[in-house]
Amino acid sequence: MTKQQANWSPYDNNGGSCVAIAGADYCVIAADTRMSTGYSILTREYSKICKLADKSVMASSGFQADVKALQKHLAARHLIYQHQHNKQMSCPAMAQLLSNTLYYKRFFPYYAFNVLGGLDSEGKGCVYTYDAVGSYERVGYSAQGSGSTLIMPFLDNQLKSPSPLLLPAQDAVTPLSELEAVDLVKTVFASATERDIYTGDKLEIVILNADGIRHEYMELRKD
Amino acid sequence: MGIRAILSSHLPNGQFGRHSLCLAAVGREIMKLDTSGLESAASLFGASSELFDGFATAPSFELPVTNDFDGFQKEAIQMVKPAKGTTTLAFIFKEGVMVAADSRASMGGYISSQSVKKIIEINPYMLGTMAGGAADCQFWHRNLGIKCRLHELANKRRISVTGASKLLANILYSYRGMGLSVGTMIAGWDETGPGLYYVDSEGGRLKGTRFSVGSGSPYAYGVLDSGYRYDLSIEEAAELARRAIYHATFRDGASGGVASVYYVGPNGWKKLSGDDVGELHYKYYPVMPSTVEQEMVEVSGA
Repeated sequence: MTKQQANWSPYDNNGGSCVAIAGADYCVIAADTRMSTGYSILTREYSKICKLADKSVMASSGFQADVKALQKHLAARHLIYQHQHNKQMSCPAMAQLLSNTLYYKRFFPYYAFNVLGGLDSEGKGCVYTYDAVGSYERVGYSAQGSGSTLIMPFLDNQLKSPSPLLLPAQDAVTPLSELEAVDLVKTVFASATERDIYTGDKLEIVILNADGIRHEYMELRKD
Repeated sequence: MGIRAILSSHLPNGQFGRHSLCLAAVGREIMKLDTSGLESAASLFGASSELFDGFATAPSFELPVTNDFDGFQKEAIQMVKPAKGTTTLAFIFKEGVMVAADSRASMGGYISSQSVKKIIEINPYMLGTMAGGAADCQFWHRNLGIKCRLHELANKRRISVTGASKLLANILYSYRGMGLSVGTMIAGWDETGPGLYYVDSEGGRLKGTRFSVGSGSPYAYGVLDSGYRYDLSIEEAAELARRAIYHATFRDGASGGVASVYYVGPNGWKKLSGDDVGELHYKYYPVMPSTVEQEMVEVSGA
């Protein structure tokens, strides 16, 4: 008698793409708002972006139930931190916390592909990119999700900066201004929507700078 | 892998295979999982919280409730497709230890990053290299750094390379069979001089003078072994390490990016160079202007 295989998986992929770009004194985080399962669209207005702290914003694609659980967990840990230290968590600290949180579920991973954006303690933009089990790296820009293979090469072409590993070190600040970066993000999503079925409907952009947080929205193709 | 065969034949756990997880809860002699990497909930809320009266929650990795743990891990790992392609190398020579690595991370066929730090600075006199699962290496190296620091505070002296590599090897051994993927080298300088150990997630730990780990390691070994002498100077050893990484990135698709070279000496480690391998190619093999055999010229008029 052959062994019965499990025909139920605890995971699902709700699709979508996320992008973050770090600038000299700003950070742009963007994600589309389409939530799908298989070939069906569940909703056109689901936000994948979550503000974790004053200077940390996370965008996650993948399995949104796991993303929701992860956001709740981080929000709770941030609240405890605020009670114990009487201040908000910095973006690099939140980055390490997210990495550890993901790794603690190493044997039953959160199916979430995250990108964390914010301002570091000097006010410069920082973007951290993650895999599903917590390995992370600080980068100048990143894309995650179903459209990432379409978006990343374009961002490499426009924004490619010298690797931080080079010695003698070369300056790696993105030369774009805030408005140019927002425009680039809109262009990138418009293109990704054309060729990725899971990306579309509406684009939500969050811009973090010294003055605070700003939101922008743009319509994308709904087909 | 030969090492796996040797180790498993000597271990009582080897024959239990996938059931070792259940036995871990039952048997006294079974290796206990190292949970130092996990925080206990008690430390978060403070010792006198009402929530934890009467019992202490033991820290543990959550495990999925399933009959088929291995099958589940196999599927789950497919989703993550951790970075495996890499080239790292390290060797001991007269002046100390030379450590070098590439910087490419691949997820299946997609290059997820060209700027991964594969040489991890555990403390100012010890380095670890990363090969295998990026998250596994990052997390456990950071944990090792914490343990080394605690050792220093508890014993008022630095931990030896032997000790540090043993700590890591024991942690990885306790998670043997659960799908961690770590192939690392611990290089450092302690009271006995330069030290180099290879540690992997199968539980293997080897002391040696020359190692290369990763998908590009056969190519790196070729260059490294043919050029190695014990009495190299620091510049010669750095150039040998750089060339070995370059040649590995040239032939191995899963390796590339920036070739970083570090030196570990009596005063600790120092980063010697970080060169883009694309540029190294043209430095080693410059384009020679060749004589033109036939040249097209504009035809004037009609």
